[in-house]
Amino acid sequence: MHVPILKQGGYLIATIQSVLSDADLLQLRDDLAGRVGEFRSRGVIIDVTVLDVIDSFATRTLRGVAHMLKLRGADTVIVGIQPDVAFAMVQLGLTLEGVGTALDLEEGLAFLSAKAKRGGLVAWTGGAAAPPSSPKAPQDNVNKRGRGRR
Amino acid sequence: MSTFTEEYSVPIKSAADIVVARQKGRALAVQLGFNGSGPTMIAAAISEVARNIVNHAKQGEIVLSGILDGGRLGIQVIARDEGPGIANIEQAMQYGFSSNKGMGVGLPGAKWLMDEFDIQSQVGQGTRVSMRKWVS
Repeated sequence: MHVPILKQGGYLIATIQSVLSDADLLQLRDDLAGRVGEFRSRGVIIDVTVLDVIDSFATRTLRGVAHMLKLRGADTVIVGIQPDVAFAMVQLGLTLEGVGTALDLEEGLAFLSAKAKRGGLVAWTGGAAAPPSSPKAPQDNVNKRGRGRR
Repeated sequence: MSTFTEEYSVPIKSAADIVVARQKGRALAVQLGFNGSGPTMIAAAISEVARNIVNHAKQGEIVLSGILDGGRLGIQVIARDEGPGIANIEQAMQYGFSSNKGMGVGLPGAKWLMDEFDIQSQVGQGTRVSMRKWVS
């Protein structure tokens, strides 16, 4: 099941819609890595509210996604881990070390904003929305932001 | 101890079957009267042993059943495959030990999630993991 990725200001929001197979999770990772470049996002929220289980593979993949996006210049927050799911993760000894977590979408956005402020980063929420996908886009972006990230 | 529900077998042939197995396991757990975090813990344990089959043996099956022991009601999960088997079970049960790309959390983690855990394996013949959890 494909995970839709929405753009919200300078952030991306990926809301998982149903139980995911391993392949879906890997697809999400690749999609997010691409979109962060495309939309020049500084933060990504992954909403896992519907996940019935977060096992070792899912944990490792989510951690991998977060670290990969960090290398692309974006912070990741995992939101919506259900109480029972969290309990089972603790029993399994699984941690999301080095990955931001928040209660829900609202808290996740607050987390990213706070992080942007602390880090001296200003999330780009310009009304121009997504950078144009025309061939000259990279040049435009360099001018606007003073640096290229792709 | 007796099995009082029919046995539900879920063939495990690819990663997608892991999801099927844990959903069936959760449904059976709820049906048996597990509540709170019980069904999630059972589903997580099934997820780990099913993944073990996919990663190491390529294919196998998960057999789920409701069990009765004295007055106790529980769920039994058997994961079996005819894969390469595990040479050193003690090592495989060590937290953090992984023979391939995993985190080494699967088998020991599943043991923690369930009440009873037994693993038998013969190199070249396959592996059988049997787990039980009782409705408190």
